[in-house]
Amino acid sequence: MIDCKHVWERISEFLDDTLSPETRELVQRHLEHCEVCSAILDSTRNILILTTDERVFELPVGYRERLHARLEEEIRFYRN
Amino acid sequence: MATLPLYENALSAPRGMGDRLPMSQSPDRNAEAQVIAAILAGSTHLFHDLIRPYERTVFSMAMALLRNPQEAEDVVQETFLKALRNLHSYRAEARFSTWLVSIALNEARSSLRRHRSLESLDETTTGETDRIAPELLRDWREVPSEVLERLEVRKLLLEAVTELPMIYREVFMLREVEELSVNESAQALSISVASVKVRLHRARIMLQRRLSPQLLRLAPKRRRFPW
Repeated sequence: MIDCKHVWERISEFLDDTLSPETRELVQRHLEHCEVCSAILDSTRNILILTTDERVFELPVGYRERLHARLEEEIRFYRN
Repeated sequence: MATLPLYENALSAPRGMGDRLPMSQSPDRNAEAQVIAAILAGSTHLFHDLIRPYERTVFSMAMALLRNPQEAEDVVQETFLKALRNLHSYRAEARFSTWLVSIALNEARSSLRRHRSLESLDETTTGETDRIAPELLRDWREVPSEVLERLEVRKLLLEAVTELPMIYREVFMLREVEELSVNESAQALSISVASVKVRLHRARIMLQRRLSPQLLRLAPKRRRFPW
C-alpha cells in the first residue's frame, strides 16, 4: 500500500499515463478507497481542461489581420 | 509546382471550428513538408496558410510569458517573421510546430529580458526545491466548460496561469497548450526530461491548489433526491 503523500507526488504522471504498470496499479487501488485523493485527481484533471481552453487566452481584436498584413509586407519584399 | 491538395484539406477544415487543433487534427506532417518545400521553391504566399493552425497557441504562450497583449503580439509577429526568414534552416526531423514554438519561446524570453530583466531573473531562480501539497478536498463536483462564458471565470483562470512562477509557466504552456512532448519540451528549454516532469507536476498542483476552492463555488449543486 502507498500513502496519500506518495499518491499526490504521482498525480501528474498518473494523468499522463506514464507510470509503470505496478505503480499505476498501486495508485489506482489507493484511489478506490481514498476520497481525498480521488477529489484531488478529479479536480486537477478538471482544472487542466478549463485552464487550457482556448477561451482563456483571448486574441486581441484585429490580431490576425495585423499579423497577416505584416507577413504580407515581408512576402512582397521577397518577391521584389 | 506540385499540387497541394492534401495540405489544403488538412488545414482548411479546422478554420471554421475554432483554432486549437486536438492532436488528432493537427496538420498532416507530409502535407506540411510539401508546403514548406513549395514556399522555399518560391510560393512564398503559402506561408500564410502554413502558420494559420499555430496563430492562436503561439499567441497564448507569448501572452502567458509576457502578461501583456501588445508585447505578446509583437513577439508573435517577430516569431513568424523569423520563421519565414529562416525556413530554409528548418529540418524535418523535428515537427514544424516544435521548431516554431522554440523560436517563440526564445523571442518571448528576449522580450522579457529587454522589458523587465530583474523580475524574470528572480522568477527563474527560486522555488524549485519546495514540495507542494495539493488542496485537500473531500469531494469534487465537475465544473463544466460552459463556465468559461463568464468573463470573471476566464480572468480567474488566466491570472492563475500567468502568475505561476516562470519556470513552471513555461513548461505548462509548452506541454499543455503547445502540446509538445516531454522530450520536445526538454529540448526547447534546454533542461532534462526529469526537470520537465517535475516542473509540470508542480505547475498542475499549484493550479489545483489555487483554483479548486474558487471553482468549487461554480460547480453545479448536487441534486437532493427525496428518497
